[in-house]
Amino acid sequence: MLNIIGKRKIFLSFSAILVLIAIFAIGFFGLKYGIDFSGGALLKFYFKENQPSVYEVENVLNKIGIKDFKVIYDFKNNSFFVRLPHLSEDEHQKIISELKNQNSSFEELSFQSIGPSVSAELKKKSLIAIILVLFGISLYIAFAFRKVFQPVSSWKYGIVTLITLFHDVVIPAGFLAFLGKFYGIEIDSNFVVALLVVMGFSVHDTIVVFDRIRENLLNLRAKLDFEEIVNQSVNQTLARSINTSLTLIFVLIALYIWGPLSLKYFILTLLIGVTAGTYSSIFVASPLLVVWQKFSQKSKK
Amino acid sequence: MKKDSIYLLIIVVVAVLAGFFIYPYGFGNKYLPWKLGLDLMGGTHLVYKIDLSSVEPQSQGSVLDGLRDVIEKRVNLFGVSEPQVFIAKSGDEYQLVVELAGIKDVNSAIKMIGETPYLEFKEVVQNQDKSEFIPTNLNGRYVTGARVEFNSTTGKPQVAISFNSEGAKIFEELTARNVGKPLAIFLDNNLIEMPVVQEKISGGNAVITGKFTLDEAKLLASRFNAGALPAPITLIDQFVVSSFLGIDSFKKSLFAGAIGTLLVVVFMILYYKKQGIFASLALLIYITLTLGIFKLFGVTMTLAGIAGFIITIGMAVDANILIFERMKEEIKKGLSMSGAVNEGFRRAWPSIRDSNVSTIITALILYSFTSSFVKGFALTLLIGVIVSMFSAITTTRLFLKVFNKT
Repeated sequence: MLNIIGKRKIFLSFSAILVLIAIFAIGFFGLKYGIDFSGGALLKFYFKENQPSVYEVENVLNKIGIKDFKVIYDFKNNSFFVRLPHLSEDEHQKIISELKNQNSSFEELSFQSIGPSVSAELKKKSLIAIILVLFGISLYIAFAFRKVFQPVSSWKYGIVTLITLFHDVVIPAGFLAFLGKFYGIEIDSNFVVALLVVMGFSVHDTIVVFDRIRENLLNLRAKLDFEEIVNQSVNQTLARSINTSLTLIFVLIALYIWGPLSLKYFILTLLIGVTAGTYSSIFVASPLLVVWQKFSQKSKK
Repeated sequence: MKKDSIYLLIIVVVAVLAGFFIYPYGFGNKYLPWKLGLDLMGGTHLVYKIDLSSVEPQSQGSVLDGLRDVIEKRVNLFGVSEPQVFIAKSGDEYQLVVELAGIKDVNSAIKMIGETPYLEFKEVVQNQDKSEFIPTNLNGRYVTGARVEFNSTTGKPQVAISFNSEGAKIFEELTARNVGKPLAIFLDNNLIEMPVVQEKISGGNAVITGKFTLDEAKLLASRFNAGALPAPITLIDQFVVSSFLGIDSFKKSLFAGAIGTLLVVVFMILYYKKQGIFASLALLIYITLTLGIFKLFGVTMTLAGIAGFIITIGMAVDANILIFERMKEEIKKGLSMSGAVNEGFRRAWPSIRDSNVSTIITALILYSFTSSFVKGFALTLLIGVIVSMFSAITTTRLFLKVFNKT
């Protein structure tokens, strides 16, 4: 049996450091809004031969009077991304014909342009979805912990579950803030979806461990103390927690490595979130419960 | 026990049939082909804002219908297979959505959707050796109909247009003023021809001779006939995917899905041995059945939808893992294998149900998003999770019961 609860200081500190770094990243770098949320256009293209440099592409755009653009080169796929403010169809065509003039092997991969009213609508809808999912999951938690067991009252399980939920969402968000700062990666509505899906997954993992703790508390209270019961419960559910997450992580890794480029950051957000969720359900949720229990015992004395 | 074998046989037969049904090349394709989204085939998704500010509230419905019809007529000129034109409501704003699969020349598509052919008549003033064009009031707005004709002397195709009464009056005045002088005809800002006016023309009929091929003449005539828009529209959202990128994404996601499934299968067999083989078979059955359901109900497969489905492959074995881990505990307690199977399934069921509730809540809420990416993802995730709950339990249980009876 692994002594997870005994080494809780190490596990909790590790999580605390990650969460602090993530909060720092979000606070200082902020999250970069993609065209979904801010409006604008995104042009993707590549050259079959004689690939020009980013500088040359920028020159072409400058020459035809396009303003406020940003050219990003994707090494992995040998393609270019150009992020632009809202663009008329004529300007779009002008860019394409000019790039084609420079290098006839130019090939447009995709073009997306979103007007300000659409992006405002998407932003509003994302916000509504976030609120609804948070509400739905809170109801689910309340339902899962409706039976009260001593020595830990049920609302404490609920609060700890919400804390781990925050942990699982803030870590991938912080990671994307880093990517935004250093690689210009932007967040879009897919990012919101990924975080909401992570919440759905991880809330359940935590509840499974807590369920086992309550079951064991009923049966083993006379024989073992709280800390031992929690540790035993975590160990009993360890294999299933890890294995159910592993199978999901396998398909996510396959999608990340071999899947289509346009899903890359969606999958990455899910991957980080699910990994954080697995870690937190084993190494954060139950240790936190023990810490809280000890603290309230001490303050009673 | 015999009953279990029969149930299992039925499931396997249905899964094999579903396998044929979803296979993209065989009879399944002839009977009901897969519906693929634009992001997998390549194509153009255009969203226009409809300006209804000058339309009275009670006639909004008919204006929207009329608009849709006109745009549909125009779109049909592209010869794209199954173009989609529909009106969507976003907030309190009406939008017109046009989806064109596999189109190459997006620019001309956008031009043709958004504009009536821009026909202008201009007066010509000779200024030393240069001709200057002076705009007139006569333009394509007054055109009521057009047809292709063949010039009686040259045999070349030409387009005959007729004006409404207002246009006819302007045309009459214009020709009267310019007898013996050339009159310039511009189409989409290009000078088409400069015929010399022989006499005053009344009755509101004109002929554009130009130098059309038969196809060009036909296209121009149908553009005029498609008519003017009953309400102004502006392009607010545009998504173009080249078919190269679409097919590439499609192949990549199928490959990633196959590798992901393989990884899950290998893991399950290495970790759970014989039981893992049963779980893997159940997983393959789940995959064919779910894809069969998608196809049967005409779910349009998009990139996001495929991603959502692949994710459910990673979740579908979860139920089995819960059951197997429970069985291990029951065997440790001293139960026989068959007792452990029964007990494992019985006691694992509540947590299988609960484990999917939170995902179902999330998927349902996400589906109420109108963004099409999110909808496709949420729908396949939702269907996948629900099917997997039942398939993983019943199929794996039957396998274990039938092959583990001794």
